Amino acid sequence: MYLKGENISFGYKKDNLILKDVDIALESGEVLGLMGDSGSGKSTLCKILSGYVPNYQGTISIDGKKISSKGYNPVQLIFQHPEKAVNPKWKMKDILNEGYLVPQTILDSFGIKKSWLNRWPNELSGGELQRFALARALSPKTKFLIADEITTMVDAITQAQIWDIVLDIVEKLNIGVLVVSHDKTLINKLCYDVISLADINKV
Amino acid sequence: MSSAIAMGNKSLFQGLNLRQKTILIISFTSILLFAIVIISLFLAGNALPTNFESKNLAPSLEHPFGTDWMGRDMFVRTLEGLGLSIIIGAFASLISTVLTLILGLFSSLGKTADSFVSWLVDLFLSVPHLLLIILISIGMGGGTKGVIIGVALTHWPSLTRVVRAEIKQLKTQEYLHISKNLGNSKWWIATKHILPHLSPQILLGTILMFPHAILHEASVTFLGFGLSPHEPAIGIILSEAMGYLSAGYWWLAFFPGLSLLIVVLAFDMIGENFGKLMNPKMAHE
Repeated sequence: MYLKGENISFGYKKDNLILKDVDIALESGEVLGLMGDSGSGKSTLCKILSGYVPNYQGTISIDGKKISSKGYNPVQLIFQHPEKAVNPKWKMKDILNEGYLVPQTILDSFGIKKSWLNRWPNELSGGELQRFALARALSPKTKFLIADEITTMVDAITQAQIWDIVLDIVEKLNIGVLVVSHDKTLINKLCYDVISLADINKV
Repeated sequence: MSSAIAMGNKSLFQGLNLRQKTILIISFTSILLFAIVIISLFLAGNALPTNFESKNLAPSLEHPFGTDWMGRDMFVRTLEGLGLSIIIGAFASLISTVLTLILGLFSSLGKTADSFVSWLVDLFLSVPHLLLIILISIGMGGGTKGVIIGVALTHWPSLTRVVRAEIKQLKTQEYLHISKNLGNSKWWIATKHILPHLSPQILLGTILMFPHAILHEASVTFLGFGLSPHEPAIGIILSEAMGYLSAGYWWLAFFPGLSLLIVVLAFDMIGENFGKLMNPKMAHE
């Protein structure tokens, strides 16, 4: 399976493009790194790929088919700030199972404890919340995972733990991952292939 | 720090913390209002006897609010009027809240729906409020029914505006987009994600709508477009008292007016203290 973005152009203002004719392709099971400076449009590209931005130019397809804007999106995006990705008025168990009933095996591998499930989001740390956000997105229906600086806010040990788990699950489920980061060493460690946004962006 | 707070706490309810005080104020005022409604419901069955021997008496122990030109006890009349006002206010704010809820959630469905709702809000807010109540109330055939419908149909715009703004802010939240990406429908998101965030606004808005509704009911009735003259509404009492003010019968207007003010302030106090409880960030303002 291929997730392909072709000729993607986008600007938050009409005459000020941030992305121009960007081509990007991601294969199932592939772990692809994407580097870029702050403000270069990495997050914008991530949002476009996972259907968060409606009015871009170009096409995004999986095996040549456009992704429907209704129903479960096979391309799931994980954000940099997990505390913004959870509804503060929901308990953790509701947040976790919003998309599908997360199996115990995934909970165990992420180290999500039973007692956390009855807590409110503000009672958990950023690293813990990010585990929930990842577990929530790794359903069998997910084919591609866009990881937009998902471990920037945690310490090195937690970072290594989280990525170990994610890579393990992703391999089992044959999910393609786009790893977005500033951190060259992290990307070199995780990815088979690295692209720089500056090279593919023709702004 | 706790001692500093305790030092500044030398008021009526010494020894209670702010939270307990807030709850105490809410309970006191609620009991007062409930008592008025219940007493007025008991009184409503038996018509007030007219007694021309004791007409136009000044306030005394026997008649705390005095008597009117037909010898009716003003204290009882005022209580009945206030009860009626509170019941009408309750009806009106309940209907207004339901309207707000429906329009607010409807505005979350899309851009066209949102523009329609804000257009409707602007339309209703552009007509003078009292005028609109009078028009609707007459159009619906006047009387109690007309007043309730008139007051209910004109109090939703400002709350709807607040709720719509809240929804607009919520819709930029990442978890709403994630929910959509997880395959949830717009209606599911509106009821499960957005509604829980709106409940404090709506609850507070309803309570604070009460005094508005009561005052509008009283003013419409005062102007003669509302309840029929034989009903003991506050508006009727006040407009009747107008004719006797020049004769020196001040108590006919003073006590009913003061009671109306107290009821309205009581609702305001409940609303404000409720707001403090639900939004602790505001408690220090």
